[in-house]
Amino acid sequence: MTIGLEEFLIVGSLLFCMGLLIALSKRNAIGVLIGVEVMLNAVNLTLLSFARFTESAQPIAGHTFVVFVITVAAAEVAVALALAILIYRNRETVDVDQFTLLRS
Amino acid sequence: MDATGEVLAFWALAALTLVAASGVIVSRNLLHAVLFLITSFLGVAGFFVLLSAPFLAMAQIIIYVGAIAVLVLFAVLLTPRAGRDNSETSMFLPATALSIALFAIIAFVVYDTEWRVVTEVPQELTVRDLGNALLTTWVLPFQAASVLLTAALIGAIMLARSPAEEEEDRER
Repeated sequence: MTIGLEEFLIVGSLLFCMGLLIALSKRNAIGVLIGVEVMLNAVNLTLLSFARFTESAQPIAGHTFVVFVITVAAAEVAVALALAILIYRNRETVDVDQFTLLRS
Repeated sequence: MDATGEVLAFWALAALTLVAASGVIVSRNLLHAVLFLITSFLGVAGFFVLLSAPFLAMAQIIIYVGAIAVLVLFAVLLTPRAGRDNSETSMFLPATALSIALFAIIAFVVYDTEWRVVTEVPQELTVRDLGNALLTTWVLPFQAASVLLTAALIGAIMLARSPAEEEEDRER
């Protein structure tokens, strides 16, 4: 049996949907961030699958894009975790249901 | 790819990555969820090796496992009174339905599209190629990424300072 582009894309999309489920449903703000990281990983996997399996004038483009995604993910997680710690310091919770500062 | 080793490696990595990702969903303890997340990152790094991108696999391990996962662990440890609870909000069932629907759509598109797949194995891309591409064709995004990293670093430090440190700075 051969492994082609479709199998990689299915694994990537399954991973993405799991990440989406985590990001949408977790109560803890850090859990939501974990979901976002899983989604970014799935996107990287999909980008590299396309770079490896499809015709392209510049096959290196997919690899370059993955480098940028990893960079932006690192920057995003640093700021988001700093925000989580800041909110924890003020409200003593990281429960996203309790983040209702803008409602009142 | 149809070599037996590659096929076996693909299914083993797929099982590892997806089981670890579902472990993140079902584990009740947030620390366990982070450990499952690390396992999932390692599985994706294995996929990168399989897709002939060994440099990116190393970058994945160093940045995701070495930096991001440790940062998440530190954030868990720095929010002690919030508990290690990893339960779901009341939106779990709608979110599950949405995820399954999205997966169904993506799976339909994946199998319905005629992908222009290359028949021969493409030539290996080396780190030299990647460096050349980053510093010639994509030099502007490369510079923008460095500015973004600096801004995120300064922003994270400013946000996470304790009130006592801010007071110290004001007195100075």
